[in-house]
Amino acid sequence: MAETRYTKDHEYIRVDGDTGTVGITDFAQSQLGDVVFVELPAVGKTVAKGDEAAVVESVKAASELYAPVSGEVVEVNGALTDAPATVNEDPKGHGWFLKLKLKDPSELQGLMTEDQYNDYVANL
Amino acid sequence: MADHADAAENAAPIRTTPLNARHRALGARMVPFAGYDMPVQYPTGILAEHLWTRENAGLFDVSHMGQAFLVAESHEAAARALETLCAADILNLKPGQQRYTQLLDDEGGIIDDLMVTRSAEPEEDGVLMLVVNAAGKEQDYAHIEARLPAGVRLMQAPHRALLALQGPKAAEVLARHCPDAAEMGFMTAKSTTFDSIPVHVSRSGYTGEDGYEISVKAKKLEAVADALLAEPEVKPIGLGARDSLRLEAGLCLYGHDIDRTTSPVEAGLVWSMQKRRREEGGFPGAARIQRELAEGPKRVRVGILPEGRAPAREGTVITAPDGREVGIVTSGGFGPSLNAPLAMGYVEPAMSAPGTELSLMVRGKALPARVAPMPFVPNRYFRKPA
Repeated sequence: MAETRYTKDHEYIRVDGDTGTVGITDFAQSQLGDVVFVELPAVGKTVAKGDEAAVVESVKAASELYAPVSGEVVEVNGALTDAPATVNEDPKGHGWFLKLKLKDPSELQGLMTEDQYNDYVANL
Repeated sequence: MADHADAAENAAPIRTTPLNARHRALGARMVPFAGYDMPVQYPTGILAEHLWTRENAGLFDVSHMGQAFLVAESHEAAARALETLCAADILNLKPGQQRYTQLLDDEGGIIDDLMVTRSAEPEEDGVLMLVVNAAGKEQDYAHIEARLPAGVRLMQAPHRALLALQGPKAAEVLARHCPDAAEMGFMTAKSTTFDSIPVHVSRSGYTGEDGYEISVKAKKLEAVADALLAEPEVKPIGLGARDSLRLEAGLCLYGHDIDRTTSPVEAGLVWSMQKRRREEGGFPGAARIQRELAEGPKRVRVGILPEGRAPAREGTVITAPDGREVGIVTSGGFGPSLNAPLAMGYVEPAMSAPGTELSLMVRGKALPARVAPMPFVPNRYFRKPA
């Protein structure tokens, strides 16, 4: 059973076994506005929790996607390069950014659950 | 997620335009801009708003901008006074004619840019209408007032609000409420009525499209805005699309593409300094500006098209293909009509010819780009047949 955890920077990571799928939340895409460009990391890149892992740009501004946990990039969503608006249309589905092989699954305990994240967003 | 957008908050209390409640009711996302609480976008988003304006008509609340009147006993007296502060030919403005110019400092730097209109009404001869940027208005007014000769007064008009109606359908829409606007030529203005509300209308704007700016008393703003928003061709447009529209049109944004460090020659605004003024001088910074006109400036503003999909934002370093630094991006983003990234910036004159290959240093990588002619999207101003 996959479990999804959230960061205060509005990334999600949906964990299945030792791999997590990372993207930005619906709240994040709505705040960004129309996404026009996504820069993805190279497969094989190692990132530490909090490192800049990808770039997402709207008409107005560039923002970073930070690695929610440490790990190795094992897959990226290359479809976003030609269709960046997928991030707006389906952020938690087809709009995912990358998959990480977790280095230390215990790091997930420091992230918010879905209920905690919803409370966090409701109070922003 | 970390937002790099300008998050500069003003310590001073935030100001609002008379349409603030309407923006909120329309679902706008409000942001602080130049001390005002302003709509950056409505629910449909910047891309849709931008494209709607290019195809239909967009309504912009630009009431944060500064409106003022320069008043003297004759047009000549008012024009001569303003000509000591800017390099446009104000004296030869015809009644109802509008011009774009810049307030210059003694080094030829740009204090602000503004629109100047000579009143069309014979009984208002000696009245020049000024529209300045929101961020600089207090400073601009102080600068102007401190330099006016006896007999010329600056009258601020904070009770007036301003709307821009822009796009290829602006003329047919406005004609339903203000029939005499249809025949106005680009960069002309007149006092008229909208339905029965007194307004001052100019045929100009900041999008590269045909359109109007409508000045109206603040308490009548909502009535005019609501009447326009009720038209099927009109949607409200926020500051986000205003910026992407003006960037595609190659128009400068004060504080970004022009400021105290840039001269009008460097900025490619020589067209706004008419021949008589360029030759006669007699404006602040004339020595530098005339020298730059004769010898060429040290840098020039150019349009830039990145070759890939990555936008290059303000502050991006521009290099020659060999890596030598040759300039900096002053505005950059994504052009929805162009469906591609675009930028403007300053480069050495030797690197300024359209087609010149450049590199943009984005996140440590050199992205290939080329100098491009501006506007990026053709202007569609309404030129009245002679």
